[in-house]
Amino acid sequence: MSAIGRLLWMVVAAATALFLVAPLLVVVPLSFSSSSFLEFPPPGLSLRWYEALWQSPFWRQAGVNTLIIGAAATAIASALGTLAAIGLWLAPLPGRPAIFGLILSPMIVPVIITAVALTFAFSPLGLAASHWGLILAHAALGAPFVVVTVLATLSGFDRALLRAASACGAGPITTFRRVLLPLVLPGVVSGAVFAFATSLDETVVVLFLGGPEQRTLPRQMFAGLKDTIELTILAAATVLIAASTVLLVVARLLAARSARLASAALR
Amino acid sequence: MGRERVKLEAALLLAPLLLFIATSFVAPIAAMLWRGVSDMEVPRAFPRTLAALADWDGRNLPGDQVFAALADELVAARAAGTLNAAAGRLNSDTPGLRTVVFTTARRLARGVEGSPRAAILAADPAWGEVETWGALRRAGATPTDTHLLAALDLRRSADGTITSVPEEQRVFRAVALRTVWIGLLVTLLCLVLGYPLAAALVFVPRRLFGLLLFAVLLPFWTSLIVRTAAWMVLLAREGIINQAFLALGLVVEPVQMLFTRTAVLVAMVHILLPFMVLPLYAVMRQIPRAQLRAAASLGAGPVAQLVRVWLPQTLPGVGAGALMVFIQAIGFYVTPALIGGGADQMLPYFIGFYATQTVNWGLAAALSILLLVGTLLILALFGRFLSLAQFRAA
Repeated sequence: MSAIGRLLWMVVAAATALFLVAPLLVVVPLSFSSSSFLEFPPPGLSLRWYEALWQSPFWRQAGVNTLIIGAAATAIASALGTLAAIGLWLAPLPGRPAIFGLILSPMIVPVIITAVALTFAFSPLGLAASHWGLILAHAALGAPFVVVTVLATLSGFDRALLRAASACGAGPITTFRRVLLPLVLPGVVSGAVFAFATSLDETVVVLFLGGPEQRTLPRQMFAGLKDTIELTILAAATVLIAASTVLLVVARLLAARSARLASAALR
Repeated sequence: MGRERVKLEAALLLAPLLLFIATSFVAPIAAMLWRGVSDMEVPRAFPRTLAALADWDGRNLPGDQVFAALADELVAARAAGTLNAAAGRLNSDTPGLRTVVFTTARRLARGVEGSPRAAILAADPAWGEVETWGALRRAGATPTDTHLLAALDLRRSADGTITSVPEEQRVFRAVALRTVWIGLLVTLLCLVLGYPLAAALVFVPRRLFGLLLFAVLLPFWTSLIVRTAAWMVLLAREGIINQAFLALGLVVEPVQMLFTRTAVLVAMVHILLPFMVLPLYAVMRQIPRAQLRAAASLGAGPVAQLVRVWLPQTLPGVGAGALMVFIQAIGFYVTPALIGGGADQMLPYFIGFYATQTVNWGLAAALSILLLVGTLLILALFGRFLSLAQFRAA
């Protein structure tokens, strides 16, 4: 490639990379500002917005709700998703494309439709404006990720492993616990990470289906942003960025680990 | 283990998830979409009137037994409390019918003198018009195309022909066009910015690779609401960009950036860009570098190498990225709601609006059908194109 073209390409790529990270790089320092205004760079550093966050009963409740709903939804999505992925791997069933379509449908349907439909359906059941309603909704949204990651982990392994286990005298339960589970565990955990991240990120369903008692961090941020932008919101945003970074690192490590395991199994 | 037994085990393992998704996801969505082609309010209030209207010719006023049924049911519905919802539904078909229904019911409740026909016509002259009865029959039909037509700014008149609503009442065609337009713009901008970045990921030295990949993955993993908040901080009147502009003397007073179309586009491109970069990178990584050297040794210049060797092989990535960005873009709710003005709201906003603010479930459901069918259609069309392209590439 010509020198000018190369230069232009590199400049565009670098500028785009900066465009991607710059907004986050502005939010984090501002959350430590000692000022009440959006002064950048901050005139001084302080933890006052984190203190405000910690002392506000609303934000605390939002944090607790986020963790409860996220953990419960992740547990349901991981359990059901792992079993389903093992089922898909075990035998080719008739109607496989339709089964996949059904499992992936929560990823495809625009989330506003999910939010409105679940509100409409859950209200007469008493599930609207309840933790359980949101847990079920987030579990459905997270389950496809678990199925996909566990299935990807399993694709590296031969089904003959199961026959070998039973030939060695292992019953179905032992085979599941001692052979299958250790194999799929990295996939299950990284699927669970995706499912939790989905719940942590989810704003629209919470806005429509949740009541005042189901305030989560995204919902509380949405409400705050409709008002005036207080720096407490940026402290909450920084907490969420930190959480995302941790989840990102965990997911990368697990991906590397399961790639190593799969290549070891192929040898 | 026999083959059949393994299949049974596989089915049993799949069953819990399929059952869960079917009951707590698919069934609610199907029930909501059904509201888009059916009506509940008017049939609940006027079941016998609607049954009697079934064989009405639609050109002359209906017969006496229809008037009699309506007179009974108006009074009964007023007492039972189902009249309000039915009147609201009729009013959304033909503005003004709410008053007609309430006035008539109130007068009839005081006692019917003479024939029901005479009493109803005396209560409100609107019942002497064929259009009123047409509206009543339309609002009671299941399946009905009323809501779907309304979602396209169309309506059916008493004789059954479909016409556009008056110019000043048209809303949804503009909204649908705007949704597609914003989706296309965001996709194009993501492609223009994402392509060079994805290529850079393939060609940069290892040291820089980690940094670049981090720049793509960190926003990808960060909450959508956090990224929207970040753009609000940057674009606000007292925000970072205005501060910088003022300090540099580029402007004398703050520029209004928030609540504009540009702001919506910038934030949406920022949020969706990783969905373009990652599939592009995955495809570009597979292209052997030796091909470019081979092309060069065969006399291809830099432009020919790019256009004839590199570019065609990246098309599956372009397709996959564009598909992912576009179908997500047309479903965006939070970002336009916070960063856009009234003229930047897309279909999802109106679905939410009609489901909560005005509680017009039929219209909310019809708009949902529009959005969902659009999404699935694009997925079906481009999904096939994608696999073909990948097949060719392989």
